[in-house]
Amino acid sequence: MGKTIAKKSDHVNALKSLIGNQIFIPIAALLLLVIFHLIMDPSFFAIKMGTNSAGNAVLSGYLITILDSGSELAILAIGMTLVTAASGGQDISVGATIAIAGSVILRVLCGTNSRPDSLQAPIIVAFLVACVAGMLCGAFNGILVAKFKIQPMVATLILFTAGRSIAAWINNNELPVISDKTFTYFGEYIPGIPIPTPFFIAMACVLVIALVLKFTNLRLYIQSVGINEGASKLNGLNPAFVKFLSFVILGLCVAVAGLIKVSRISTINYSVIAKDIEMDAILAVALGGNALGGGKFNMTASILGAYVIQCLTTTLYKFNVQSDALPAYKAVVVIALVVFSAPMVKEKAAELGKKIKKNKKAGEVA
Amino acid sequence: MKENAVLEMKHIHKSFPGVKALQNVDFTLCEGEIHALMGENGAGKSTLIKVLTGVYGKDQGEIFLKGSEKEVSIKSPQDAQNLGISTVYQEITLCPNLTVAENMFIGRSKGASVNWKMMNRKTEEILQSLDIPAKATQLLSSCSIAIQQMVAIARAVDEDCKVLILDEPTSSLDDQEVQKLFVLMKELRSKGVGIIFVTHFLEQVYEVCDKITVLRDGKLVGEYEIKDLPRVKLVAKMLGKDLDEKEDIRSGQPTFDAQGAAPVFEAEGLKSNAGIQPFNFYINKGEVNGFTGLLGSGRSESVRAIFGADHVLGGKVKMDGKEVKISKPLDAMKNGIAYLPEDRKADGIIGDLSVRENIILTSQVLKGFFHPYSKAESVKIAEEYIDLLDIKTASTETPIGSLSGGNQQKVILARCLLAHPEYLILDEPTRGIDIGTKMDIQKLVLKLASEGMSVTFISSETDEMLNTCSRLIVMRDRKVVGELHESELSQGSIMNAIAGGETE
Repeated sequence: MGKTIAKKSDHVNALKSLIGNQIFIPIAALLLLVIFHLIMDPSFFAIKMGTNSAGNAVLSGYLITILDSGSELAILAIGMTLVTAASGGQDISVGATIAIAGSVILRVLCGTNSRPDSLQAPIIVAFLVACVAGMLCGAFNGILVAKFKIQPMVATLILFTAGRSIAAWINNNELPVISDKTFTYFGEYIPGIPIPTPFFIAMACVLVIALVLKFTNLRLYIQSVGINEGASKLNGLNPAFVKFLSFVILGLCVAVAGLIKVSRISTINYSVIAKDIEMDAILAVALGGNALGGGKFNMTASILGAYVIQCLTTTLYKFNVQSDALPAYKAVVVIALVVFSAPMVKEKAAELGKKIKKNKKAGEVA
Repeated sequence: MKENAVLEMKHIHKSFPGVKALQNVDFTLCEGEIHALMGENGAGKSTLIKVLTGVYGKDQGEIFLKGSEKEVSIKSPQDAQNLGISTVYQEITLCPNLTVAENMFIGRSKGASVNWKMMNRKTEEILQSLDIPAKATQLLSSCSIAIQQMVAIARAVDEDCKVLILDEPTSSLDDQEVQKLFVLMKELRSKGVGIIFVTHFLEQVYEVCDKITVLRDGKLVGEYEIKDLPRVKLVAKMLGKDLDEKEDIRSGQPTFDAQGAAPVFEAEGLKSNAGIQPFNFYINKGEVNGFTGLLGSGRSESVRAIFGADHVLGGKVKMDGKEVKISKPLDAMKNGIAYLPEDRKADGIIGDLSVRENIILTSQVLKGFFHPYSKAESVKIAEEYIDLLDIKTASTETPIGSLSGGNQQKVILARCLLAHPEYLILDEPTRGIDIGTKMDIQKLVLKLASEGMSVTFISSETDEMLNTCSRLIVMRDRKVVGELHESELSQGSIMNAIAGGETE
């Protein structure tokens, strides 16, 4: 008898620590979506083998769509998490800088001709140049924030506004089109592999950041700076550089996301590419339970958060919601998220939990 | 409820995850008395205060106030204030980015309109009547900590209060300012206000208080009239054991013999942007010296210049006889200097990070970006130092912010020690810490010195300086004005020197 009670309390404790854990928020959100689909239409989870327009055997289904199109968001969530933690603010220029990075890639690949028959440079070179461009954009934001102490949202407003024009200017306002099939490998499928490439790229980025966080002090430095700049300085850290670094890393993430985006369509639309993705990236960080005011962060939760948002987007598309109406639905999620993570609500919930427990005990005694 | 009692707390219970902070504590405060609340760190003083002021909800127990038959419920600081309970906390809880006047009146205006002129005039009057050297329109952040504290007290006093709680109000005030505060407290007492006074300074308790309530480990030890409880007995009650108060912690400690080697650290004409005059300084191996002077005399600024914490503008610095360049904290750390800052909250702790991460921070930075401690390694180190310094924490992963002040300080000390410095700078390491821990820290300093570490020790309490330092550098008005050597060290000589008498 005593044993079962002990066991029960173990379960309760395990449950408690899970609920207390930050990663509970995105997992709970994901579970809600899963339950919703199980009730509405279980075929949502079906994965079929089919052939795509290029004649390759590929997997298809809503889940694959989520993993595929959530890639850019997951990659951006990595950098956005670091920027948020270090600077206590967000970079709203990522969509515009993706346009810049994508435009740079096309420019390098096309050379002077906007519709070349063959690639004018190796794709890897184009990508590396885009990385430099992305990091320069990040460095620009980083200097404004770290050195000139401008609020991140305000500092990044500059590139948010100007970025897409700069992207167009890089290609003289032309719309280059790449006809080379190998270029599509990054945004679509590599022949013979039935899973979309962006997913692999995203996983590679996740792996890289996991290794970086494990084998360097990036986490400790960023968290220290985000929590207490003064004390970090007295412990030998350079807060300005740590913030700068976080923006540069985000710039790198932007370049990778830019490669995927332009590879998907082999061309670019300056005003539409990666539109509103900054809001989704910030939402991913928030959904991961990370404080938008900086400090401690949980990378896994952010990345999971990114896929949850993609899952929500895909769900809405499935139910024929117009893309113009998407933000309204996402706003509902934001409201729920913000309200539930408010300290007041948490306290009330804890009180309620206590009451239920008390009543239960009283019931047992009776 | 007892006659003439303004406040009665009965059977108060409060627990936090892993800690029973208060167990069945009673507390009674009468009209027109100054009541000391005493206990070591973690004894539950601050928790009791926070329960009373609505910062924490109590788990069990009742609170009665004069004028209401029934138990009162205090659910928020606002409730407490409406009931006439005002508080001045140990850590300043005002808004540094607002002006003094705004801080005095924030949250107290009725309606949406603000009459700035009247607010500033009234503030000016209050400041004047309390003799606080600040302007109403000055930004609070531009005032010294002492003045910020006095503004906080002025604000609390100005609110029409029945119960005034002073939680370590004097820990950042110098003797003169303390005396001013005492005058004020006595005046309020004669007006019938009940004052709860939390402090670690025993002398102050015996100077102003009427009654003492002692807590230990979250439990009530007892309530005593001041005349019935001599100092030694009070300390014994707080510690739960007898302590010979006049213990000479120095005897028995071997002293380190530097044997004419070059000083560990030497500075010539050191200057920083913090407004101190260029100064010369040296410290030998195994020596404990200190900077003494009134608050604002430049003691902290001097050590900050040594550590490179402020912007260094000039001067030569030598370590072990070799000239080195220290322009930022990292330079100093690399040269084997560790620094425990004066303002623990702003410059010391990384609040949300764990005790473990806080301990390893300095040495982790020294080890380099690409060489992190493994989790197991860092846990082992943290446990070792938690043991060594007797840090009271639920685990190595507890956020440092949830520890009591003294234990936070020990974590910062552990951080300094882990870097294995040659030269350790401790700026007010005992501020806001209980008497037992104060002794421990002083003993530790002497032990470290006997092993060859050089230590600069700064404290507002001359007792502590006398206990530990063999040489004192005297500062006045941001200038080094003299030096006191071992043979001339005494309470009298120090007072004389910092007050501006002849130092010879």
